[in-house]
Amino acid sequence: MMSHSWTQDPILTVEHLTMRFGGLIAVDDVSFTVGRNDITALIGPNGAGKTTVFNCLTGFYKPSEGRIAMRHGGGVEHLLERMDDFRIASIAKVARTFQNIRLFGGMTVLENLMISHHNRLMRASGYTLAGVIGLRSYRTAETEAIERCKYWLDKVGLIERADDPAGDLPYGAQRRLEIARAMCTGPLLLCLDEPAAGLNPRESEELNQLLRYIRDTHQIGILLIEHDMSVVMGISDHVIVLDYGQKLSDGTAQEVRKDPAVIRAYLGVDEKELEKAARQGDEALKAVVRDVKAIESSGAPTGGRA
Amino acid sequence: MAVAEAKAIAPSRGLDLPAIIKDCLLATLVAFAIFFPTLGVKTDSTGGLDIILRYRWTAVFIACAVVFAGRLLLQLLVWNRAAAATRPASPLAQRIGELELGKYLGPVVLAMAILMPFLPFTDRYVMDVAILIVTYIMLAWGLQVVVGLAGLLDLGYVAFYAVGAYSYALLAQHFGFSFWICLPLAGTLAAFWGIILGFPVLRLRGDYLAIVTLAFGEIIRLVLLNWHEFTGGPNGISNVPRPSFFGIPFTRGEEGFAATFGLPFSNLHRLMFLYYLAMALALVTFFVTNRLRRLPIGRAWEALREDEIACRSLGLNTTNTKLTAFAIGAMFGGFAGSFFATKQGFISPESFNFLESATILAIVVLGGMSSQIGVVLASIAMIGGLEVLRQLHFLKLFFGADFDPSQLRMLLFGMAMVLVMLWKPRGLVSSRVPSVFLKQKKIVSSDLVGQGHG
Repeated sequence: MMSHSWTQDPILTVEHLTMRFGGLIAVDDVSFTVGRNDITALIGPNGAGKTTVFNCLTGFYKPSEGRIAMRHGGGVEHLLERMDDFRIASIAKVARTFQNIRLFGGMTVLENLMISHHNRLMRASGYTLAGVIGLRSYRTAETEAIERCKYWLDKVGLIERADDPAGDLPYGAQRRLEIARAMCTGPLLLCLDEPAAGLNPRESEELNQLLRYIRDTHQIGILLIEHDMSVVMGISDHVIVLDYGQKLSDGTAQEVRKDPAVIRAYLGVDEKELEKAARQGDEALKAVVRDVKAIESSGAPTGGRA
Repeated sequence: MAVAEAKAIAPSRGLDLPAIIKDCLLATLVAFAIFFPTLGVKTDSTGGLDIILRYRWTAVFIACAVVFAGRLLLQLLVWNRAAAATRPASPLAQRIGELELGKYLGPVVLAMAILMPFLPFTDRYVMDVAILIVTYIMLAWGLQVVVGLAGLLDLGYVAFYAVGAYSYALLAQHFGFSFWICLPLAGTLAAFWGIILGFPVLRLRGDYLAIVTLAFGEIIRLVLLNWHEFTGGPNGISNVPRPSFFGIPFTRGEEGFAATFGLPFSNLHRLMFLYYLAMALALVTFFVTNRLRRLPIGRAWEALREDEIACRSLGLNTTNTKLTAFAIGAMFGGFAGSFFATKQGFISPESFNFLESATILAIVVLGGMSSQIGVVLASIAMIGGLEVLRQLHFLKLFFGADFDPSQLRMLLFGMAMVLVMLWKPRGLVSSRVPSVFLKQKKIVSSDLVGQGHG
């Protein structure tokens, strides 16, 4: 196997990650690495466990098993499976966005970004005490924070709407604002949960450019879940495919695209192939086909693992 | 239902007199159904054991006539005009209007409040009511941090008011501390109890949070009631030291305030001092909470109200953020409690029942969750309004000379609250002023602002 950028100096190493909810195994012994300066896409059919992996990485779930190591470089390493979610954001420097956008709708665009500077500003305001009496050091820190906000507002094209409430923005702009807000925390790894969902082709193209810009200019790793294959194939340096909680394939976009296992997962198994197997007397396969037909005729839900 | 129909019909037909009359008669019929059993029939004793029914047709007639006339006026003037208006006022103009409201109304109210004790009609009663209003403003500003900013519904806020009052009374009684030493101590103790309450409710939301905070308020009251040795139980603590003007007491003698400054003695001096003391404490509350809103901690509270999970994803320690909200809110409650103790000179658990919590919360809700000027207006309307309702002697015309209007005030007040909440469901001043802006400060409309999860 040829050597890839993500195997040499990974920023994130996930080893044997397993997440169980009662009897359901949502993620089953998944291992992968994320390159320091790569755009890595996590893809898979609905219910494959992509968002569960994300929630484990960012501390919203505590994994049942496994080890997640975030390497800042220079020997600094954080084991994410043991950290609280907010420490993962503030100390391990992993920022994330959400599948269903989670903005502070009643606060302005600028305020949304200012929240990302919370920890820095709290220190500058002497944990509020110096801020209440209005020390200059806090005001300087606040001005700096606003400058950083302006930089990102400019990059996502929302500088004109800085003083509008975030809940008033159109959908595409809300997605971009959420990315800008995550970037304002100063992350080393940015995790995006379906950033292109609901975007039109032009907006998706803008998103691709933004993500490339973030990767190239700010030298950070991006991990994204995506269903939109034009985004995935267009910008990903590295693609990881999950299905039924297990890793199916791992490689560059070109490699993954040709992988027969991936094609089978996405397009299904050819019926002729099934029939051939059945003719050859594979009893187990016959049983599976019978079960599937029974389930389909009874109208019970067959999928739906979200 | 009839209202909705009228609104729906009016724009298409213009002035439809038969429909309007029909609607008014319908409303009057409903009014009769309500007023006949409540106003029209009175049970009276004949002196013996028998009870006879008396009918008061005049009262019922007047009530029904008022409803008919009111409905007719609404139909002709308000609903009709609203339908006839070609377009509503632009939302931008409304928003700017609300921004200006705070800018100009605030100083006007403050100036009136400062001048109030010197106005000619000001007597003991007016001063007492004014002090009460200012105390409630202060309490409501404190509670606003918890409910309005952080979005955590606290039904037991009176507990911190009680902690503040008892802290001052007990510290002054046992150690002889003066008011100014006790004030920060009472605030600290109340903040400490705020954190004690905060810990168990960190994971609770919505109804569950409300129930636990309600229980907390009751626990504090019951402890104060039953711990005889420490708090004096139901007898309370009397002889709480009265405030003095930098060591000069407000008494009649040579040492007193009036004699020292060469003024004729007046009971009002003490009340005026208390009033200004309450004003000063309230203004401190105002400036601190106002500043906190603009600091990272205040923004974090508001973000917590909007979306807790997003907060955590951005590295905010939501545990600390919630606890500080409870602690800061409780601290101002403690200050107000201290003031209450020194004003009354006597405290007992009776003063800290659930009704107090409910009143403070009602002021915050009525004023608007995140508007400080709204709370001032709501406090004046609620506390002042309740007092005005005591004075409605003209109601004796309907109910006879032995009628006591103060009996009806809670009923009237409840009705007024319902009407106001129908008219302005998110409080008098419901929009939100952003804490930081780049070019222009734009008001955030209330329908975008989250209400918190509990």
